[in-house]
Amino acid sequence: MDGFGVTFAFWILAAVTLVAGSGVMVSRNLLHAVLFLILAFVGVAGFFVLLSAEFIAMAQVIIYVGAIAVLVLFAVLLTPRASRDNSETVWALPGMLLAVCLAAIFLFVVHDTQWKTMTDAPLLTTQDLGRSLLGTWVLPFEIASVLLTAALVGAIMLTRSAEEEAEDALA
Amino acid sequence: MSIGIEHFLTVGALLFCLGLAIALSKRNAIGVLMGVELMLNAVNLTLITFSRFSVSERPITGQTFAVFIITVAAAEAAVALALAVSVYRNRETVDVDQFNLLRS
Repeated sequence: MDGFGVTFAFWILAAVTLVAGSGVMVSRNLLHAVLFLILAFVGVAGFFVLLSAEFIAMAQVIIYVGAIAVLVLFAVLLTPRASRDNSETVWALPGMLLAVCLAAIFLFVVHDTQWKTMTDAPLLTTQDLGRSLLGTWVLPFEIASVLLTAALVGAIMLTRSAEEEAEDALA
Repeated sequence: MSIGIEHFLTVGALLFCLGLAIALSKRNAIGVLMGVELMLNAVNLTLITFSRFSVSERPITGQTFAVFIITVAAAEAAVALALAVSVYRNRETVDVDQFNLLRS
């Protein structure tokens, strides 16, 4: 992938994504952390476009930015008396040490492996993705839909209050 | 300087480790969940990178797998946030170091 545009876009996206990810770590307000998280999601969606996976990029924007981030914001707003300072537990230092060690291992592996890459990648369209999803992988696709239904029913069950359950028992 | 597979994998690895650090160190359960979401996103980025660059008969499989990961991430976020709200209702806190009901 040569060309000035691709190189420029890559470095801008890398900076935005990693700075936003660090912002989730360092920002002292939980709501600011959620906003940084949304920025990181958008940055990753940009990477997907750069890798010519336009359907995944759209799904990323709709599901992560549109649904999951809003869900996280709702959860923050529904827990008003919980801590808002986005602080760390006593496991912060060991956790960060572990993450740094893992990052070192990953970087070592990435740069020391001889990756067998294609010179000219085939053009993957959304049509190919649809054929793969509903052809080869149709059974996992159906299982995923069952999983989503079960998760949503479970989420509704978990958040019902005792009064609502008592009302339903009477009805 | 041309952008190759190593560049994308490096960003994915760094984002994953950032998410790991957040998930391991945050006190608020919602903060922990944000770290997990970042990790899942980094994995997706790595999958799409391999789907784009590596030699394969069916490179679209990487993107298909990413679709499933997005689905599972959505389900996981819904259940985890419902748990956080439920715990908050009973304990008035979502700090993970306060969850000690199962301690013997």
